[in-house]
Amino acid sequence: MKSTFPLFPDSASALSGRVDALYAVWVLVSLFFTVLIFALIVFFMARYRRGHPEQVGGDERAGVWLEILWSAVPLAIMLFMFAWGARVYFQLYRPPADAVEYTAIGKQWMWKIQHPDGQREINALHVPVGQSIRVKLASEDVIHSFYIPAFRIKQDAVPGRYTSLWFKAEKPGTYHLFCAEYCGTEHSRMIGSVIVMEQRDYENWLAGGTPGKSMVASGADLFTSLACVTCHRAAPGVTQRGPKLEGVYGSQVKLADGRTVVADDNYVRESILNPTAKVVAGFDPVMPTFKGQVTEEQLTQLIAYVRSLGPTGSDAAGGTGGTAPAATANTSSAQMDANSPLNTPGATKGAAKPPRK
Amino acid sequence: MDTAPVTTTAETAFERPNYLNADYGWKSWLFTLDHKRIAILYLISVTIFFAIGGTFAGLIRLELLTPEGDLMGPDTYNRMFTMHGIIMVFFFLIPAIPAVLGNFLIPLMVGAKDLAMPRLNLASWYVYNLGGLFTLWAIVHGGVDTGWTFYTPFSTTYSNTYVVPTALGIFITGFSTIFTALNFIVTIHRMRAPGLSWFRLPLFIWSMYATSLIIMLGTPVIAITVLCVGLERVLHLGIFDPRLGGDPVLFEHMFWFYSHPAVYIMILPAMGVVSELVAAFARKKVFGYRVVAFASVAIAVLGFLVWGHHLFVAGESVYSATVFSVLSMLVAVPSAVKVFNWTATLYEGSISYQTPMLYALGFIGLFTIGGLTGVMVATLGIDVHVHDTYFIVAHFHYVMVGGTIMGYLGGLHYWWPKITGRLYPGFASKLSALLVFVGFNLTFFPQFILGYMGMPRRYWSYPPEFQVLNVLSTAGASVLGIGYLLPILYFAWSLKYGEKSGDNPWGAVGLEWDTPSPPPTENFYTTPVVTHGPYEYTRDDVHNRMTQEATIG
Amino acid sequence: MASTPLVDRHEHGYGAPHGHRHPAHQFETMAQQKESSTLGMWLFLVTEIMFFGGLFTAYMVYRHMYPVAFQVASSTLDATLGGTNTAVLICSSLTMALAIRSAQVNQLKRIVPFIVATMVFGMIFLGIKYVEYANKFHENHVPGPSFNLVLEDAQEAQAAAAADPLYQRHAEIFFSLYFIMTGIHATHMIVGLGILAVLIYFARRRKFDAEYYNPLEMTGLYWHFVDIVWIFLFPLLYLLGAHTH
Repeated sequence: MKSTFPLFPDSASALSGRVDALYAVWVLVSLFFTVLIFALIVFFMARYRRGHPEQVGGDERAGVWLEILWSAVPLAIMLFMFAWGARVYFQLYRPPADAVEYTAIGKQWMWKIQHPDGQREINALHVPVGQSIRVKLASEDVIHSFYIPAFRIKQDAVPGRYTSLWFKAEKPGTYHLFCAEYCGTEHSRMIGSVIVMEQRDYENWLAGGTPGKSMVASGADLFTSLACVTCHRAAPGVTQRGPKLEGVYGSQVKLADGRTVVADDNYVRESILNPTAKVVAGFDPVMPTFKGQVTEEQLTQLIAYVRSLGPTGSDAAGGTGGTAPAATANTSSAQMDANSPLNTPGATKGAAKPPRK
Repeated sequence: MDTAPVTTTAETAFERPNYLNADYGWKSWLFTLDHKRIAILYLISVTIFFAIGGTFAGLIRLELLTPEGDLMGPDTYNRMFTMHGIIMVFFFLIPAIPAVLGNFLIPLMVGAKDLAMPRLNLASWYVYNLGGLFTLWAIVHGGVDTGWTFYTPFSTTYSNTYVVPTALGIFITGFSTIFTALNFIVTIHRMRAPGLSWFRLPLFIWSMYATSLIIMLGTPVIAITVLCVGLERVLHLGIFDPRLGGDPVLFEHMFWFYSHPAVYIMILPAMGVVSELVAAFARKKVFGYRVVAFASVAIAVLGFLVWGHHLFVAGESVYSATVFSVLSMLVAVPSAVKVFNWTATLYEGSISYQTPMLYALGFIGLFTIGGLTGVMVATLGIDVHVHDTYFIVAHFHYVMVGGTIMGYLGGLHYWWPKITGRLYPGFASKLSALLVFVGFNLTFFPQFILGYMGMPRRYWSYPPEFQVLNVLSTAGASVLGIGYLLPILYFAWSLKYGEKSGDNPWGAVGLEWDTPSPPPTENFYTTPVVTHGPYEYTRDDVHNRMTQEATIG
Repeated sequence: MASTPLVDRHEHGYGAPHGHRHPAHQFETMAQQKESSTLGMWLFLVTEIMFFGGLFTAYMVYRHMYPVAFQVASSTLDATLGGTNTAVLICSSLTMALAIRSAQVNQLKRIVPFIVATMVFGMIFLGIKYVEYANKFHENHVPGPSFNLVLEDAQEAQAAAAADPLYQRHAEIFFSLYFIMTGIHATHMIVGLGILAVLIYFARRRKFDAEYYNPLEMTGLYWHFVDIVWIFLFPLLYLLGAHTH
């Protein structure tokens, strides 16, 4: 869609045409007045060029009506354009009731996007055509701004609060996604794509995706960095102090107090945050709590990793719902709220590097 | 029109005691209380900072020749645009016309011997340099990368650069402007010559008065804001820290509460200069004098009511945004009125094409474009798309460079003979004006298109489809750079080799022209008594005023 | 900020209490000089209002957002000490006014004692402020890594947590504002003390009399302004929640 010398971005949403119309009218009005002033200046310069060194200009004429005219006319034009612009603005920022909610979290220097059904993406946003979509925005660190030029829409992602924008994509294609609020070193590379697909293609994409892939890798990293390996995957010859996690997920686990539970998402999560609640039979209650050290997101990654170690085919009885995105279903908007800096004491403090003065 | 220059009178005038030859030696300059010498001290300082800020601009445009970042790393680039913004805004655009032209001309134009507080005036120059020193120290040690807007929490918590010395530099320099503005207000109120009522004042004075009001009310707010940023970084006193429940948007409100009126601090003096230039080079009263005078005050007042238009997409409520949008339309009306009034002044004028006039006319044209694009972005539906893109960059460069700098250069070229007693070469100066006009448009017009296409600002690397326009812009910047370099060269040249100008080479009307060029230290030999309004051009006056036809320049 | 001739080179007024004075070179008359310096000082005070205004704005915004945290934090400040300081400053403004009055009625020997009294009150204020800051430091109420707000009354703590689970975090913002606002205020007082010391120097050299006492009056304006800022700070910072228990 991009020609070699484009002058306008693609117009790909329901409202982008209205913004363009507003802009076009302003451009014409500006052109008119600019040409008018330029022409008058050039004309007067030529017509009233000084004839001889001592020539002076004419007397001042009375000008009250002129003053009123050229105050009132610009004011009227501007008020009209203001009203029209305000109307478009309200349309741009008032999502329809049937809008589906996505989430985009800005963090230095990437966009983490989540679909309503739990599908996650980084720096990319696949959306179906013709669906009203509201994107709830948050930031983990500094102010970012979620900007899709083709849809003529942007909104800042401010840490400590939620903001949102909405759009309805109407033309399939791939469009730029930019961060539009300076946020540090890689601000200009905090860019991605919005991929608008026909409804059927979108569903295919959703089904075929492996939601946990990157999450599994992240989970694996965390498993090492949080030193889970020391207890749960001891070196050969060393007594393992924690239960082996390979194959655990989805299985029935016998606890020290005699109960038997299913190792589902909630179980894994609880074991990380409150390990003494359900101690596995045959092991001592020595596991430390990781509360305050892992964010909600990291928890979902660890859960995904543990799941990847286990027999993934098993639909555990009483599990949290067995389809592939189940691991991420826990991360509902309630938990997104829990993840916000408003509510996670200490959890986000680790992000900042110590600033130099 | 070649008339033989009347050198005898001019030479005699030049050798008379004047403020330049009244005393010699560095102490007579660094400890001077003479507003005219202080103006020249400022001229040197602001020119140095302009050169530094301009160098950063050149490097930015060089980097943007190619889509990938290849000239420098992203951190370096981020420091480049930050330092460019900080130096240009705080150390050039805000002080230039007030501290150079205002300092020199206000006592002359009101018929006084000096400003009300000469020692405060000298102090303000030292304070300016002290603030500049802090900022330069920060630059030398690696600079700042927060953007000149210092948005939190990036500037308070995440940036690893020298935010505190820079914030301190800005804080200190703010006092310099406050001292200057205070001096101007007291002088204009209390030291006008006998007979010089308010509505007999030149429009430059009205503009400087309105500017000074804005400075007094606005600058303290940026002072406290950057102070809080500094305290937050050093002492971890979190005011804007979201992890404590602090509000980064509050910072934006406090920052823009000053920084929007600041742009009127930058443009009003230039508008004042343009009024003087148009009157002098059309030899005619400015059309609608009272309207233009009141328009300056109106801009100053309304300018304090519109800061929220910088927060349309920042998380401001849609209702606040609506109010700020309509107020922003209102503030554009007095500016538009001024443009029409200047144009109407040309009607039936006696127009000469000398360099100052070229700058004035260039200002009117470019400010029209800049101002119109301003109301475009004040329109809510459009700003959502173009905020934080190159459209905004183009808009503010049109008003600040196409506006303020053109006004500043025009004023320098007009009053240069008054300040130095010398003329500069006419051809070189007209060529520079042309280069500036062409180079400027080539640099910044493509950026409107880039912005609407979606290229965000502060981007070190960009998608390849934006390259052609960026190349055009950089090409324009090189032309613009030459256009700015030439005046530095020929002004310096003129100090020694420029033709002596005589007291009033333009045949202009004004109290400042009623005294020799360069003026004596006490400005007037006898206190002038004013009997009529400004810009009274009659044929007899012109004949008497002109000691030399300025065919050159 | 006014360029009144602190060293009068025209030598008429120097040392002679009723000598004829000359204005500085840029002025035509003494009256013009006095009007100019007065206008200058009032303008400067306007900038000070805007300077403190920014902080008051931040205070209003956060108090509106976190009323419980602000109440709780305010109740940990010692309103008695704060009230004493208020009285001390009001007395200092009185002595300052009396110093000016002494010059006006030519009771020149009283000028210096009244200025000294003003300075003493000022220093008492600063001393009490130091005590308060030290208390805050020991209670770990200074914002930063060591901030820790622990309420003695468990019921109060519970009520606060029920109303605003993050009240401790939000209280840290109150204390940030407290330190910045009172700190800047104290800085202004210190500068004021310096100016008063300079005035003493010139008063002892018989600089001021009924005909010329403008520097005293201008300093008085500044001092009263600093006092008024405290009159606003005291209730906003100290009296939010003090009386609930």
